Amino acid sequence: MFSVKNLDKTYPTGQHALKGCSLDIDNPQIVAIFGPSGAGKSTLIRCINRLVEPSSGEVFLDDLELTGLKGKDLHNARRQMGMIFQEYNLIERLTVMENVLSGRLGYVGFFNAMFRRFPQDAVDEAFSLLERVGLKGYHNQRADALSGGQRQRVGIVRALIQHPKILLVDEPTSGLDPKTAMIIMQLIKDLAIEKGIPAIINIHDVKLGQDYADRIIGMADGVIVFDGPPSKVTAETLTMIYGEEDWSKTIRKVEDEEE
Amino acid sequence: MTEIQPAIWKRFSKKQSLERYGIEFVLLLIFIWATQSVDIYWPFVTDAPAQAVDLLHRMTPPSVVFIKAIIPSMIETINIATLSTIFAVILSFPLAILNARNTTPHPIVQMVARVIIVTSRSVNELVWGLIFVVFFGPGVVAGVAALTMRSLGFMAKLVSESIEEIDHGQVEAMRATGANGAKVFIFGVLPQVMPIIIGTSIFRWDINIRQSSVIGLVGAGGIGILLTSSMNMFKWQNVSMILISIFVVVLAGEYVSATVRKKLT
Amino acid sequence: MSDTGASTVWKRDHFIKNPILRWIVILVGSAYLIYAINDMNFNLDRMRTGWPRAVDFFQRMFPPDYSRWTMIYKGVFESLQMAIIATTVSIFLAIPLSLAAAANISVKFVYVIARAFIVLARSFPPILVAIMFVKAFGFGPFPGILTLSFTALGFMGKLLAEAIENIDKGQVEAVRATGANWFKVQLYGVAPQVLPRYVGLSIYLLDINLRASTIIGIVGAGGIGGALFNAFHRYEYDTALAILIAIIVIVLVMEFISSKVRSRLQ
Repeated sequence: MFSVKNLDKTYPTGQHALKGCSLDIDNPQIVAIFGPSGAGKSTLIRCINRLVEPSSGEVFLDDLELTGLKGKDLHNARRQMGMIFQEYNLIERLTVMENVLSGRLGYVGFFNAMFRRFPQDAVDEAFSLLERVGLKGYHNQRADALSGGQRQRVGIVRALIQHPKILLVDEPTSGLDPKTAMIIMQLIKDLAIEKGIPAIINIHDVKLGQDYADRIIGMADGVIVFDGPPSKVTAETLTMIYGEEDWSKTIRKVEDEEE
Repeated sequence: MTEIQPAIWKRFSKKQSLERYGIEFVLLLIFIWATQSVDIYWPFVTDAPAQAVDLLHRMTPPSVVFIKAIIPSMIETINIATLSTIFAVILSFPLAILNARNTTPHPIVQMVARVIIVTSRSVNELVWGLIFVVFFGPGVVAGVAALTMRSLGFMAKLVSESIEEIDHGQVEAMRATGANGAKVFIFGVLPQVMPIIIGTSIFRWDINIRQSSVIGLVGAGGIGILLTSSMNMFKWQNVSMILISIFVVVLAGEYVSATVRKKLT
Repeated sequence: MSDTGASTVWKRDHFIKNPILRWIVILVGSAYLIYAINDMNFNLDRMRTGWPRAVDFFQRMFPPDYSRWTMIYKGVFESLQMAIIATTVSIFLAIPLSLAAAANISVKFVYVIARAFIVLARSFPPILVAIMFVKAFGFGPFPGILTLSFTALGFMGKLLAEAIENIDKGQVEAVRATGANWFKVQLYGVAPQVLPRYVGLSIYLLDINLRASTIIGIVGAGGIGGALFNAFHRYEYDTALAILIAIIVIVLVMEFISSKVRSRLQ
């Protein structure tokens, strides 16, 4: 249902961020991407929905090849991929409802967007999704009045209201406290399962990733160095991804389970 | 500024103080050049206090009845300020978009926008007034056009700077939803720069109130026309009344502007 | 407001929430706009007669005529001299003025007088001040320098007084605690804190004064503005354009120097 083939990205600065990455996702699963800062996780995710232009390679969403798309075709393709951001990236000065409905921008005309006239079914869906993530009654609050966890819930709803075929999630928990981080990860996982869509999640919290993902991809220096289930992640794998360190504490839980 | 310097401790090293003295010396030379060569007729200067007292004497008491002529003219002045601000806000908006590094469609377009902005800002409203009086003849239209031209660059510069400073993450999020450029702009950019646009507009209105009282000197409408004619007829008591009215209106404008800006932001 | 399952209406909150007040604002606003635009007496006839004049104007403007080069550079130099003298005068006078207008240093009586002077100097556009000085003292750079000094003093006095009001009190207290007298407290407790701002403002002031000095000549107060005004009145638009270009160039050069120096100071 989704695949990336030989994706390569060199920035104008000369930085070679992606070196021929390939991956296939055949069923709705939660894929966590591990890797140190600068490994290319963020670039990979942004090359998929073309917020960053890949230098070469192919991306397939169902049978649609994305890297050659332009203009309206590109916008229509992007609207099938929901994205959730590290810094939430909500429109700070607008209300929660406007932020949620902005997920439908790809579906409405310019003037309707300008005067905030969104179809009633979108509004209904927005209300029910807000209730689903525990933000009932918050629709007229301004985004800058919310806490980090609440903002990320709005971010999740904004992505889901696009009716995406896949979720691209970039470090969703890095600004959150450990408990809120777990709640957000659980929410993303539950909603992805509910909607029957896969999610690709960049995350540098190894334990959190192992707890919630069905599959782990490890990246180092622009190359995919590991691809397998969380149970296969060992100290050697982490050393391969992050470099030499005492990993015994981080992965004890997995080893315990295996025993 | 003079430092009291004890014998052992010195604030600046020898090179530093040499540099400082050098700069001070050059500045002094420039000042001496300016005062020596400036074309001042010195008897005017020595005579100045007497002349000032004389003029003040002729200006008192201000003619209160003249207020009847001042009020309609003052309303016209305020109208010029308000209309030109509105026009400038509307026109400056596309100009700001074309000029901002992150929203300009093309570097050449940006260059053109920059030239318009620089010209608008560096030509004084009185000069714009002179030009538009040639176009439209004397009157309010020329005044509105002049102040619009002057405010345009001011607004566009500040707004385009604020567009350049927006949080790019919000733009990225809107792009990710599949919105096209125009829709990304109204959701990702506009809400972020709106407070700046409103604040700058009100601030510019405040400035324009001041300037619209002046452009009448070149025939571009407003209270300045009344001022010029009163002076030409040596009606000094009317002149002083006009000056008092301008003072009051300018202060009122400043007050309104400050209050509204505080309320909105 | 939102019942589960049922279709719920959502409308964006209005900017002014009270509907009566909102409509009053909208109505009064649009009525004023209609009146003000109407009052401009703008009509197409004038546009039609204005158009050929505008075309003629531009045709006569190009190419700019630099044949009166000596007149232009004399005017520019005079503007520069006026700006330099006025800036020097006002940055020195601004020191006592700002001390008098700083609420944390001054005494009430002096404070009120100083603030009143600042308000007066700041409220009138330089051109108006210039025209009064010209009427009182005759034509030439002298009333021009007076004008620039007066308005600049208002500007500098206000900003410097604000800088003084915002200083760190602890440093002043420390100097006072050494037993220093009033003058020494200003020199060691206050001056070092506001000095960078003072220097920065002084350069900015030169920038502002130069701009103003190129224009007040229109009412006879010296500088290049007079030449510009005359060129317009003699319909010598090509000379006017040459002067205008000269003005824009020196204003931009000064702005560039001013911003460079100020950013180096920070």
